[in-house]
Amino acid sequence: MSTPVRSEAWRRWFILGLLVCGAVGLVWRSVYLQWVNQDFLQNQGDARHLRVVELAANRGVIMDRNNEPLAISTPVDSVWVNPKLFLASAGSSDVALLAKSLEMKPEELSQKIGLRADREFVYVKRRVAPELAERVARLGLAGVSLQREYRRYYPMAEVAGHVVGFTSVDDEGQEGIELAFDEQLRGTRGAKRVLRDSLGNVVETVESISEPQPGQDLVLSIDRRIQYLAYRELKAAVQTHRAKSASAVILDVQTGEVLAMVNQPSFNPNNRASYDTSHNRNRAVTDLFEPGSTIKSFTVAAALEAGKITPSTVIDTAPGYMRVGRNTIRDAVNYGTIDISTVLQKSSNIGASKIAFEITPEQLWKTFSNVGFGVASGSRFPGEASGVIGDYWRWKQIQQASHSYGYGMSVTALQLARAYGVLAADGVLRPVSFVKVDEAPVGQQVMPAAVAREVRTMLESVVADAGTGKRARVTGYHVAGKTGTIHRSISGGYADDRFSALFAGIAPATKPRLAMVVVVHEPTGNEYHGGSVAAPVFARVMSGALRLLNVAPDDLQSMKVHQAALPDGAAGAGRLVRTSAGGAQ
Amino acid sequence: MTRYRQKHYLPWVDRHKQGALFTRGMHLDWPLLAGLLLLAAIGLVVLYSASGQDLEHIWRQIIRLGLAFGVMVGVAHIPPHQLERWTPWLFGAGIIMLLAVEIVGDISKGAQRWLDLGFVRFQPSEIMKVAVPMMVAWYLAESRLPPSLKTTAVAAALIFAPVGLIAMQPDLGTSLLVCTAGIFVVLLSGISWRFIGTVALLGACAAPLMWFFGMHDYQRQRVLTFIDPETDPLGTGYHIIQSMIAIGSGGLYGKGWLNGTQSQLDFIPERSTDFIFAVFAEEFGFFGIVLLLAVYLFIILRGLYIANQAQNSFTRLLAGSLTITFFVYLAVNIGMVSGLLPVVGVPLPLISYGGTSMITLMTGFGILMSIQTHRKLVTT
Repeated sequence: MSTPVRSEAWRRWFILGLLVCGAVGLVWRSVYLQWVNQDFLQNQGDARHLRVVELAANRGVIMDRNNEPLAISTPVDSVWVNPKLFLASAGSSDVALLAKSLEMKPEELSQKIGLRADREFVYVKRRVAPELAERVARLGLAGVSLQREYRRYYPMAEVAGHVVGFTSVDDEGQEGIELAFDEQLRGTRGAKRVLRDSLGNVVETVESISEPQPGQDLVLSIDRRIQYLAYRELKAAVQTHRAKSASAVILDVQTGEVLAMVNQPSFNPNNRASYDTSHNRNRAVTDLFEPGSTIKSFTVAAALEAGKITPSTVIDTAPGYMRVGRNTIRDAVNYGTIDISTVLQKSSNIGASKIAFEITPEQLWKTFSNVGFGVASGSRFPGEASGVIGDYWRWKQIQQASHSYGYGMSVTALQLARAYGVLAADGVLRPVSFVKVDEAPVGQQVMPAAVAREVRTMLESVVADAGTGKRARVTGYHVAGKTGTIHRSISGGYADDRFSALFAGIAPATKPRLAMVVVVHEPTGNEYHGGSVAAPVFARVMSGALRLLNVAPDDLQSMKVHQAALPDGAAGAGRLVRTSAGGAQ
Repeated sequence: MTRYRQKHYLPWVDRHKQGALFTRGMHLDWPLLAGLLLLAAIGLVVLYSASGQDLEHIWRQIIRLGLAFGVMVGVAHIPPHQLERWTPWLFGAGIIMLLAVEIVGDISKGAQRWLDLGFVRFQPSEIMKVAVPMMVAWYLAESRLPPSLKTTAVAAALIFAPVGLIAMQPDLGTSLLVCTAGIFVVLLSGISWRFIGTVALLGACAAPLMWFFGMHDYQRQRVLTFIDPETDPLGTGYHIIQSMIAIGSGGLYGKGWLNGTQSQLDFIPERSTDFIFAVFAEEFGFFGIVLLLAVYLFIILRGLYIANQAQNSFTRLLAGSLTITFFVYLAVNIGMVSGLLPVVGVPLPLISYGGTSMITLMTGFGILMSIQTHRKLVTT
């Protein structure tokens, strides 16, 4: 129809050339991306879909000395949501469905997610029960995922809560042994490389970078049977006497191990919904109190060591009061002229003061310091207090006197138990251990063995019929101990009507194995003396503990007497039998 | 020229005639058909991967392909002179429908593109992809070639009326493609180079005006993102960055079918439609791309051959324009996915999931086949 124009052939080639240029451009682009920039873009791609995910490590088991579990970790799942993704795809029915599976209120759930609507991660419920997690997984909602974690369980709950402590929601030690030995228990987190899609869902595991290394197990020195026994008796005493707080510590004097340590009030580490820090405190190591008359044993030891007195030395305590400068020191009654043993038996403040006056302040201070007062016990327990025994070079006469009967200084229950452990171990001070020791650590001879033995013998008189601590007696065993009834210090002085009741003792006295301290703060009611509040707890727990540990009785005489008296003492016997049965369970 | 070629083939004329007769009866161009079928097959394979191995997608796409090939065969049976006669009517109807869309069209995704006729919903702008080059070819074929200034001006009006209507929807991508199809007819018609140069210069001057007065914010944003995708890696640059990573990480040999991490993990946006090329590139690599481009190139060269063989101005201009437009679709899509061009919603011909553009495309190929198979073998 039309005649080809002059330039038409050229025009065709031109068009064809354009096409070829276009095609070459595309191919060049492909070479540029896929060859020149391949590595860079490949890395960029990997950075987008490869992720390193941490793997939680199983925390070590904490066991008692007989390998019974005190803290164990079990795998659980935490539910988390990618709010961006979840909100984009989920209707209100999905929210309700998820809330129902998680046993949450829908409003609570949507609020939790809504707060972080522009983020990509929010925990909605951590550490859910396995069947709950399974239910959530079966819903298959977009943006809802599970994360494996470990939850800590404490089989002994309140009974060992203070000693064992607890972990945070992130499995880190917060208190007690869990904190002190966190590094050992924690283990090493592992890591794996995973393939992730654009929504953040893990599609598959590409490789394992490192396996999680479980933490090491830890065997404590605690004997859960004795621990339970101590807990039960201390709690009963606190309830009976409506006391404010209380602690008890039992040490193995041959090794320095803590066999039991309990406090009131206690808390359940499994359920910290009602979180009250005052209940979490392991008062036996963190709380300081004035040791009162329980310190007199060491005043006597100091004088014996200085050679200023002998067991047969007599002291005139008449007329029951003594003026020191502007202060007056009083005894409960006028004991008259008494020997050293009776000073301890009757707990004479005048006697103790006069004994202290026989020696220098430095000698008294040194004995206190040697048996571990004023310094931390080396137990590694978090928050341990070291107490104060003052500076002897500043002591005036009245301070020297008050220190001799345990005022003006402060100690922890653990320190007191350790000091009695020195008396029990013939003058050897051992480091305190919460961890089971295979071999008794080498102690330090801080007191002549003869002095320790003499004091022990004198302390046996305290539990005699005439003594202040007769209710601390344990059938079948000789007990050496000392009561203490201390006016609580309040701001500006001492309270007239608030006391701490103490008993510190050793059994069996002739061949010591255990040292125990019981302190009950502010008992209310008619009984508030160490001999009536703390001593019975000592007796019940100690008798159970000695039997549980198969310690040979050293006082067969008392057993015969006891058996003879059975008909009218049946209630007491029954109590003892129950005690040991309860402890053995 | 055409006649010379025919003479050249004389030694084989008998065999050629027999084959040609059969082909002419079916009105199908076998080389073109083979290329298209091969492309469709490749498309299904890639789509299976890009859709996340969803057979539902595959079946729907097969049905669409069947429909589109049916349309192609139907159109191929219509003789070119018939098409030529219908051209003004088709164009007129297209303009009316575009106006209708402006007034009563459905709004979807912020743009007014769809016309609901009760029994079918479609985009009139798609019709224009074929109707505009037909109309311009029809008009220029009626006038004396090479076109005079006045003729060129009328042709320009024929192009820019529908292009303007489509751009107002707004649908910049389609309007540009329609514009390209029309302009190539004019270019092919023998317009003087001096004129082309002048228009190009004017266009360059008009571009800044376009930028400030003629574009929507989202369109400006697209251009900015194209210039530097990193300026907004989480927003508008996201698509481009992800698809460039996919193409690049494919390397020379690709990661293998169904093994593209960017693709399978859903990092590529619109991976079964506009960005399907990124999936292909990641899984089949550079050599895969070369192979795919070879198939496309074969189809385009066949189209140009048909244009070259065409026996009158209308068919020659139309065939040339349709073929070049096909190449433009391809180049714009791949250019966009690989970060050479700004993002415009142009599917990869015959491979992207989706129906409307496929029907238009196959109508074009139907016209090419009609042109090729209705030639008069013996010149009168």
